[in-house]
Amino acid sequence: MMTPDTEEALAAAIRDASGPLLVQGNGTKLSMLRPVQAAAMLSTANLSGITLYAPNELVMSAKAGTRLSEIEKTLAEAGQQMICEPPHIHGENQTIGGIVASNLSGPRRVTGGAIRDHVLGVRAVNGSGEILKFGGRVLKNVTGLDVAKLLTGSFGTLAVMTEVTFKVLPVSEATGTIVLRGLDAEQGVAALSAGLGSPFFVTGAAYLPAERKAFLRIEDFATSVKYRTEKLAGQLSEFGAAEILGTEDSIALWRDIRDCKFLEASEAVWRLSVVPSAGPAILRALAPLGVTGFLDWGGGLVNLTGPADQATHDAVCQAASVAGGTWWLMQAPEPLRAVVDVVPPEPVALAAIRARVQASFDPRGILNPGRLRAA
Amino acid sequence: MLQPKPKSNVLEKRAEIIAGLKAVLPERAVIGDDVSLKPYETDGLTAYKQMPLAVVLPEDEAQVVAVMKFCHLHGIRIIPRGAGTSLSGGALPLADAVVIGMMRMNKILDINYADRYAVVQPGVTNIAITQAVQDEEFFYAPDPSSQLACMIGGNVSMNSGGAHCLKYGVTANNLLGLRLVTIEGEVLEIGGKQMDAAGYDWLGLITGSEGQLGVLTEVTVRILHSPEGARAMLAGFASNEVAGACVDAIISSGIIPVALEFMDKPAIHACEDFAHAGYPLDAEALLIIEVEGSETEQTEMLARIRDICAAYNPVSMRVSQTAEESAAIWKGRKGAFGAVGRISPDYLCMDGTIPTSQLPNVLKRMQAMSDEYGLKVANIFHAGDGNLHPLIMFDANDVESFHKAEAFGADILKLCVEVGGCLTGEHGVGIEKRDLMSVQFTPAELDQQRRIKTAFDPDWLLNPSKVFPLSGLSAAA
Ligand SMILES: Cc1cc2nc3c(=O)[nH]c(=O)nc-3n(C[C@H](O)[C@H](O)[C@H](O)COP(=O)(O)OP(=O)(O)OC[C@H]3O[C@@H](n4cnc5c(N)ncnc54)[C@H](O)[C@@H]3O)c2cc1C
Repeated sequence: MMTPDTEEALAAAIRDASGPLLVQGNGTKLSMLRPVQAAAMLSTANLSGITLYAPNELVMSAKAGTRLSEIEKTLAEAGQQMICEPPHIHGENQTIGGIVASNLSGPRRVTGGAIRDHVLGVRAVNGSGEILKFGGRVLKNVTGLDVAKLLTGSFGTLAVMTEVTFKVLPVSEATGTIVLRGLDAEQGVAALSAGLGSPFFVTGAAYLPAERKAFLRIEDFATSVKYRTEKLAGQLSEFGAAEILGTEDSIALWRDIRDCKFLEASEAVWRLSVVPSAGPAILRALAPLGVTGFLDWGGGLVNLTGPADQATHDAVCQAASVAGGTWWLMQAPEPLRAVVDVVPPEPVALAAIRARVQASFDPRGILNPGRLRAA
Repeated sequence: MLQPKPKSNVLEKRAEIIAGLKAVLPERAVIGDDVSLKPYETDGLTAYKQMPLAVVLPEDEAQVVAVMKFCHLHGIRIIPRGAGTSLSGGALPLADAVVIGMMRMNKILDINYADRYAVVQPGVTNIAITQAVQDEEFFYAPDPSSQLACMIGGNVSMNSGGAHCLKYGVTANNLLGLRLVTIEGEVLEIGGKQMDAAGYDWLGLITGSEGQLGVLTEVTVRILHSPEGARAMLAGFASNEVAGACVDAIISSGIIPVALEFMDKPAIHACEDFAHAGYPLDAEALLIIEVEGSETEQTEMLARIRDICAAYNPVSMRVSQTAEESAAIWKGRKGAFGAVGRISPDYLCMDGTIPTSQLPNVLKRMQAMSDEYGLKVANIFHAGDGNLHPLIMFDANDVESFHKAEAFGADILKLCVEVGGCLTGEHGVGIEKRDLMSVQFTPAELDQQRRIKTAFDPDWLLNPSKVFPLSGLSAAA
């Protein structure tokens, strides 16, 4: 395991590598997607620390190995937060580099955008060991190709990020949650959809089938939250009487939703992104197979757990495909992950371009080969 | 402006090429005579002009595919074009290139309110999307000032912004999916109607790629419900520095207004003459601040903002009382470029971005440069996100004045990079800033971007001579 403590040393390690490298931060996401066959490991764990924080500009930069928990603590001290609420499903050791490399976003993604919407710049080392910087620290930047976005969500297969810069958000003065009870999934998603299609700026919209409850979150100044939760609850009266949660209860609830606390313990975990109205049918179609889960992002994020076998996996992929959506195999025993499509296969024309783009960053094919697709 | 040498084998075969295009497209979709080609010789950066070899106006995706295959086979360069409002010369033709104009692909294909998206063809204008959904009180958020004319395909290609981006983000943050025809004539489906896509973020890469990677034939955008209401206020200050400091104070207070726009004195006067919006003529700098929500929410938020502004001794403060008043305030702002055009018919509109804390510093240094070059500059910009739009006024009949204006503009952009910003916040690199790219990127960084371009377009037929310095073009092609 190589844990260089400077960007230069990391670049040298890549230049000197004689074969494939397993690229990781603290390795919290190694049970996600495909296993990588590599003799050597390269970790960003020792590239750590916040390098810039300008609260008045809503901008932070941190070296890739900085723990998310440290970032969130620093932000909280200044009354700010990560916009997309990255889930803590991989524990407290996950690094900011890992969050960006996996483009993992939480509940606020539904209106606030994903981590890919908030990354302003990256420093990274490509497969030839070149140190490159794309984007910057300003909120608007269209100079050249948006390579920072391309690297976001690329799971270390194009370049190893060494530092990321992202936009942050002030924490709202208050948070309120509308809870609607006794709804089936279709009714639940209809309620979420009505809320998201209202003028009240809903920043969280989840449905829990096990509890038959739909949740809608509003964050703002206290008087606004009070006004908007009441007004929206009134507009949603066809879905039954609403309970309204205050700030503390809301924060605890949405933290649990963010961290997928409502998923039953099971061997395999999937994440599906589909149009919101497709969520309920997917839950229903998969229930007979012992696959359970809940809906976030207004119904469009389907978090699922179930048995880790090929037939179940195929059924999950099928359900996502039928809905025109996409999937990630978030967790499963290695033998299964090694043989299935952990993300949707690509059409031929796109696969050819992808291979060329990949080679343009990593001509020797040494960075996380096979992490997303069989090499 | 240096352009790549036209391919003589293409120029020589012009008649054959036009006939060949007519063979794969309906006759009405091909323009080959000089009179009809004239409107395509320039775009929003009118200082540069070049007649193209021909123009094609495809009516559907199959015709786009046919054009791409034809041009690919014959090694003909292609310039994609929307409404031609680019301010960086993104749609400027080349003598040996076919312009592929998207204006006839202007249908709205699908609108879904429950799942909150609209599927549109690339030639639909920005405003037309909002118009199509406004009866249901929905809107498409990014609102470039050119929204009456500019097309969504152009918006995606430039990753355009607008006055309301502070709250709603730029084009990239409001897209779900695309269809892109590659130079080989393959159709790629990128993203979809859902929020996240697995695999690489092609949607993010293609957005803002300025026609370098393919031709867009379909765009799926997010649509949002309109707020209950919106109200603008004006705050005038005694100096640019003070106004800049006030912007900082507002953002750091935790309030994110939906828009936060800045005008300096020359801009205030030009816009007031044009829009009669009641802008304070005695102020050195003016902020337009807009908030959204119910009546009570607006009042409350504006009261907070007024308190913040008050600490900076404003020379005037006025909250709009009626919808008409708000409309007039925005008319002045959105018509700002035109208004400056009335004082000086010729101006260059720059578009750098800086960290907002650098506003006072940069405005001061820009004023010094203005004195040095002897050219007036008016500043109108999106202050909340540090995106500057200095308008440099010059006299197009005086070649020296134009060259000075270009040099002044380049100096401003270099200053933006020096203080931690970038060359362009929303107008794109185009032809205008391509030779400044090495100020912001190292050779290795430029080469990495060129290799990505090559992965999509191995022969560099798509919109060549834009974005990347020319030296690299000859190396790659
Ligand atoms: C008065 C005025 C005000 C403006 N205000 C703003 C503003 O507030 N914010 C802002 O961001 N911009 C602004 N602009 C700039 C301009 O309007 C935007 O860049 C706009 O998005 C361009 O759209 P268009 O349809 O005119 O594209 P064009 O100018 O025709 O083309 C722009 C680029 O996109 C490419 N392109 C176009 N269509 C396609 C397609 N279908 N497939 C592939 N590539 C394509 C072209 O090759 C070119 O590189 C303004 C311009 C003017 C003249």
